[in-house]
Amino acid sequence: MEKLSIKEKKLEAINLDVYYGQKQVLKNVNIAIKANTVTAFIGPSGCGKSTFLRTFNRMNDYVEGFRKEGDIIIDGKDIYQKMVRVEELRKKVGMVFQKPNPFPKTIFENVAYGLKIQGIKNKKLIEETVEKSLKQSALWDEVKDDLKKSALSLSGGQQQRLCIARALALEPSILLMDEPASALDPISTSKIEDLIWELKEKYTIVIVTHNMQQAGRISDNTAFFYMGDLVEYDETKTIFTNPKQERTQNYITGRFG
Amino acid sequence: MTNADKNRIKDKMFGYFGMACTFFGIFMLLIFLSDIVISGWQKVDFDFLSSFPSSRPKKAGIYPALIGTLWILGLTAIIALPIGIAAGVYFEEYAKKSKMANFLEINLANLAGVPSIIYGLLGLQIFVRTLNFGTSILSGACTLALLILPIIIVSTREALKAVPDSIRQASYGMGANTWQTIWHQVLPASSGGIITGIILAISRAIGETAPLIVIGAATYITYIPEDAMSNFTVLPMQIYDWVGMPETPDGDYKTISSAGIIVLLMITFLLNGIAVFLRNRWQKKVKW
Amino acid sequence: MKRVLMICAIITVLTTVGIVWVLFSESYTFFQHVSIWDFLTDTKWSPVSTEKHFGILPLLSGTLLTTIISMAIAVPMGVTIAIYLSEYAPKKFRYYIKPMLEILASVPTVVYGFFALTVVTPFLQNYIPNLSGFNALSAGLVMGIMIIPMISSLSEDALYAVPKSLREGAYGMGSTRLQTSFQVILPAASSGIIVSIILAFARAVGETMIVTVAAGNMANLTADPRETVATITAFIVNMSTGDVPQDSIEYQTIFAAGVTLFVFTFILNSISFLIKKRFQEKYD
Repeated sequence: MEKLSIKEKKLEAINLDVYYGQKQVLKNVNIAIKANTVTAFIGPSGCGKSTFLRTFNRMNDYVEGFRKEGDIIIDGKDIYQKMVRVEELRKKVGMVFQKPNPFPKTIFENVAYGLKIQGIKNKKLIEETVEKSLKQSALWDEVKDDLKKSALSLSGGQQQRLCIARALALEPSILLMDEPASALDPISTSKIEDLIWELKEKYTIVIVTHNMQQAGRISDNTAFFYMGDLVEYDETKTIFTNPKQERTQNYITGRFG
Repeated sequence: MTNADKNRIKDKMFGYFGMACTFFGIFMLLIFLSDIVISGWQKVDFDFLSSFPSSRPKKAGIYPALIGTLWILGLTAIIALPIGIAAGVYFEEYAKKSKMANFLEINLANLAGVPSIIYGLLGLQIFVRTLNFGTSILSGACTLALLILPIIIVSTREALKAVPDSIRQASYGMGANTWQTIWHQVLPASSGGIITGIILAISRAIGETAPLIVIGAATYITYIPEDAMSNFTVLPMQIYDWVGMPETPDGDYKTISSAGIIVLLMITFLLNGIAVFLRNRWQKKVKW
Repeated sequence: MKRVLMICAIITVLTTVGIVWVLFSESYTFFQHVSIWDFLTDTKWSPVSTEKHFGILPLLSGTLLTTIISMAIAVPMGVTIAIYLSEYAPKKFRYYIKPMLEILASVPTVVYGFFALTVVTPFLQNYIPNLSGFNALSAGLVMGIMIIPMISSLSEDALYAVPKSLREGAYGMGSTRLQTSFQVILPAASSGIIVSIILAFARAVGETMIVTVAAGNMANLTADPRETVATITAFIVNMSTGDVPQDSIEYQTIFAAGVTLFVFTFILNSISFLIKKRFQEKYD
């Protein structure tokens, strides 16, 4: 895998250790992710991949007993520094969760939520952003006449695309996705996958997935985690066809996990 | 200042406000307890516990009220416990998802919300007059038993609900019938929760004043109740009586009310403390 | 065995039947002497004076006045505490603070009445010159303090039941805890919180000893919290302590007052029960 220059590094973890109370869940992880790529984190459940993903927007901050050593660098800045405003950070680093979690509000308000909490009151701007975001997430045509309907009336796949639109409305530069398709049917899953492929042009995407075929289909690079270690990180086709580590090989071929 | 800064400040402020609110009630309670302790503590002694009430506050004591409270406590428990637990078991283990169950459910929810003074009116008409128990300990205990019945039923149900179905199924699998399963498996497994609920209900009954006033319990009693048909008074009624008294040159009613309250609160807090202790221990020990 | 258990369960039904029967049969006799119209519209309540009036309005106004004062304290504080405990406070803090709040609810109400009369009223009299020795304000304020834990604990349960994923969604978009609480969690838990408020309201309406001891016993059609008032409950207590001959019209007034109170709380409880049922079905 090519070495990235400092400028090319969008996200970076340096010597990262993460603990929950006494338990160490990530051990000395080092990784650098290039802008406008899709990176997949794979590995058996409990390997630390979700925890790792959540360090990039500091979602672990509220977890009791969370402690980390090492640094997370985004666009050249250490995001765990004291002066960093975590709310600002999360606007820049959007997140989509495993289970679709639309707010119990209308479709429109869901997408407009991020703007409203920033104190933006310009109606026209909000409407434009909502439309743009829904179009980007390929949901606009399905909901444009029902914007006032409750978001909970949508199907699971639509809800997840709404959550993506909700995140995009904030115009982040990075999108973290925590198994975004695991709760969806195959058709919805393929829609989400197509979407990820398109979004790559404008965003840097990191996706945690259980599904190795999915990782193979949509990602440029893949990182394999096992019991808190980053075992191997390389171009996706290398990982799937010619892994250097035996543990990766075993996992890819389905011998465990 | 940016919007984000403003939001952060608002967030912080609300955090402090929330903490202040949380401590406000506790703070008021402390002020109030210290006030009572200061004005009543020196009065709480053996004489106070063993004397009869008197028109002269200096000589007055709570002996009959204390004994009356114990009588009421015991008799209410004897009446309410078996009925409450049995009804709780019926609700939770037998009466599921029928029209009858639904009706019982609504009825129970409503009973739990009926003001205690209404139970007093019920007791007055049914126990004191119709059944002719008079203004006796028995009338008082029956009234309070009906009052705490919903509490016992609800807490019993909650304790039963916490028992996992696997235990029931294991018992059925060995050929036990429903009642055997409940008696040998479910009740022992939920006893901690049931006992906690019972203690809380009893402590509620001890503090009740209004229903007993309504059934006509006396406030001035100069003898000790002999049996369940005796007239009686209880601690909160004695306190109520003293609170309403004007100041006299011969000593202060505030002192003896405070002293009475100290004794009453010690009993309630003790019972509540036991209940909280049991609940925590039970929750820790039993992890399904 | 099942039958024995069922009989015990049926006692709860008999209790309800008993309450309804006792209240309505005694009030029936009452309403043969006093027309329901007079009862509901007469602005005076003086059942034991020489010139008798049987208008429930002064008692209702006294009840509502003390209740509203108590709710003005208990609702904002209770909901704030619930939000603070469920969204802000560390787990440990919650573990220790909740039993302490429960103590507030376990103190017998006659004791609160004493507190209102001997501590709160003299204190407020320093600042409010025209405050009567017995007044709606002190009674309402202390009742509010007593009700705080009821609202806070039921509301916290409702907030706690909101799925964690909604919280994460809001935080993930850069919301502060305050924005998450008020714009996402609170609306999602609204029905549970409304139920807690209605139940607390019903509790305040039926609360007896605090108002009897501290608000006085003067049926008074007023909205001034500084004045002495009588609530429905205080009237029943005071009537019961006096010597009133059985089967007299005076005696029956306590049942007429009781039936009013019962209908009031019954409606409130039923509303809360219906909301709760609908709320449960939504989440199942």
